[in-house]
Amino acid sequence: MSDAVFEQVREHLAGVAPEATVAHGVLALLVEPAHLLDVVRALKDTFAFDMFLDVTAVDWPEREPRFDVVWHFYSTRHFVRVRVKTRVPLADPIVDTLVTLYGSAHYMERECHEMYGILFRGNDDLRPILLYEGFEGHPLRKDYPKQKEQPLVPYRDVKP
Amino acid sequence: MSAPPVTQLPNPIRPAFETGSEEGSVIVNIGPSHPATHGTIQIVAELSGERVVRTDVHCGYLHRGFEKECESHTWHNLIPYVDRLNYCSALINDFAYCEAVEKLMGIEITPRARYLRTLLAEYSRIADHLTCIAAALMELGAMTAFLYLVTIRDYIYEHLADLTGARVTYSYGRIGGLAHDLPAGWLKRLEEILTEMDTFTGRVHGLVDRNRIFIDRMRDVGVITTADAVNWGFTGPLLRSTGVPRDLRKDTPYLAYEELEFEVPVGIKGDNYDRYYVRMREIDESAHMIRQLVEMLPAGPLCVDDRRCTFPEKQLVYTEIESLINHFKLVMDGPQVPPGEVYSAHEGANGELGFYIVSVGGGVPWKVHCRSPSFVHMGGVHRMLDGYQLADIVPTFGSVNMIGGECDR
Amino acid sequence: MNAQPSRPAPAGAFEYLTTKKDEFVGWARKFSLFPYPFVTACCAMEFMSVSSTLYDTDRFGAALPRFTPRQSDLLMVVGTVTHKQAPVLKRVYEQMCEPKWVVAFGVCATSGGFYQNYAALPGIDKIIPVDLYIPGCPPRPEMVIDGIMKLQDRIARDRHPIINEKF
Repeated sequence: MSDAVFEQVREHLAGVAPEATVAHGVLALLVEPAHLLDVVRALKDTFAFDMFLDVTAVDWPEREPRFDVVWHFYSTRHFVRVRVKTRVPLADPIVDTLVTLYGSAHYMERECHEMYGILFRGNDDLRPILLYEGFEGHPLRKDYPKQKEQPLVPYRDVKP
Repeated sequence: MSAPPVTQLPNPIRPAFETGSEEGSVIVNIGPSHPATHGTIQIVAELSGERVVRTDVHCGYLHRGFEKECESHTWHNLIPYVDRLNYCSALINDFAYCEAVEKLMGIEITPRARYLRTLLAEYSRIADHLTCIAAALMELGAMTAFLYLVTIRDYIYEHLADLTGARVTYSYGRIGGLAHDLPAGWLKRLEEILTEMDTFTGRVHGLVDRNRIFIDRMRDVGVITTADAVNWGFTGPLLRSTGVPRDLRKDTPYLAYEELEFEVPVGIKGDNYDRYYVRMREIDESAHMIRQLVEMLPAGPLCVDDRRCTFPEKQLVYTEIESLINHFKLVMDGPQVPPGEVYSAHEGANGELGFYIVSVGGGVPWKVHCRSPSFVHMGGVHRMLDGYQLADIVPTFGSVNMIGGECDR
Repeated sequence: MNAQPSRPAPAGAFEYLTTKKDEFVGWARKFSLFPYPFVTACCAMEFMSVSSTLYDTDRFGAALPRFTPRQSDLLMVVGTVTHKQAPVLKRVYEQMCEPKWVVAFGVCATSGGFYQNYAALPGIDKIIPVDLYIPGCPPRPEMVIDGIMKLQDRIARDRHPIINEKF
């Protein structure tokens, strides 16, 4: 049954998502950043992908454009998942926000922003959520050293 | 003695609102070190008298850099890190992660491992629900119910320590199977614990279900509708308490769930009482599933016979050169996972626990992302807190079962 | 009682009185610890276990947690403390009144555990002084009880000036 749904989605979005593959039970669509909102709206309204699962990014420092921004959606009616991916460069890491469509996008876009530096056009609340005020840099980028700490409270001299 | 000088300490957060929106309202900070918010969560609440006008929930006080750690350890070395995500039901995290890696490697686990993983996942789910209900009831003052349920949980911990070696965070799942097989007498003790648990949960039902105070505090408090719940990404017992029977174990079956007979309990109104009752019923359903699985458990090898991920037996490692090299490579380089990406989700105790894994070949992941249900629930919990009383924040928060390790990763 | 290096040998009537006062106050303080459970992560599961029926802290007088730092004297830091949480921990520690003791419960509080990265504080003794370290990930309840008993021995042996520095 999931194959039938995937076929319908693939046909409907053939114009904006030419690369559509099914791997490990999930349909993956690669779209341009400009078409993102149309694709997501179509998925939500036409194909009942009513649950927004996750947004995250993948950093490919050797490649241009550098970041893959990845969204996952789930349909509580058809019980299938779909993955939507776009590519954005380091110089202009901006994609559209999904807060108008899904409430769960608020927190997840905040996390993606603070970890990778992806900006979400239309979401004006991109405060750090897992990190703290005063943290500089985006830790999940490959060029942030893992052990670079930015303590808020200065360390005291520890006498053994 | 003179008072020590007060240190100027920085504020780690920026709240969403600094001033009240109503006449005479007060802004109050609850947490992050607070007895009744289970876990480190800070709620900046605007109160008008006792009524909560709006809240701003801040998580992240337990962000331990799980995803960054994942990029510098081998696939096997990550199993202890993955354990500590939802530490109340650690085995479910293990198995969800191992299954995601197995999908990428194209490995199918043995039947014995499949049934045993299902059994242990349900056992962990029972432990998690017991902890959640015990803590929630303790905050309402029902100390007896807390002690009953934590005693049973302690028996479960000792029993799992007999199997895995640890009480809370087990590191028992392995890519391709499990660490080692059941010790003698383990299944007999399992039945004893389940019987005793039935007695104790029966007592808790008797104390609390039709208790006037409990009903007054929990009925019609923290209500959320199905449409709201789906919009804000709720899954698991929170979504089921609103009335829809959405459960990944039934909708997209994995492991051995297709062969088991069980019901999916749902609530009626989406309030705190429903969430409590859905969890209590899920404990019963999990016990029922475990009893079926004990009957169905086949004999056979535990780990798949694939040298890409399974460690060879110790006596072969000490005698054969091929096994020695295999063991060495698995430990030093890690199992070689072909390039690709996968998103694999299990039904955790709190909802959809998903792992999005990107591999570029090699023994170290390129990226591991955990889609945790608690984090998404924190995004929507303000819908259940706004408009109710200050004292309702405590039971509502307890019924959401926010686990810090999972929320903040 | 053996001679303790922290207390000079009784040399006269006043010192004898001080020693006896210290023993009495130490006995009273060690059996009436009021913990402040600063609970963050997985070690909380073992903290709940150690406070409940099978491994009881009530036997040691340390059963009643006081959830305000002003009324408690034992700060138990249970679980990982991250850099975001560090100002909160320091403020709670400073709000506690003397005498106060700090227990680092679990390896994450002792040294950061296996989270050696940008987010986790590598041990709470970087920001507050610690009296007892209980290692384990998480420690078994028996280890916690062993730790509490060692802390009680130390409180019994300590000096307890109550009126001024001399007495």
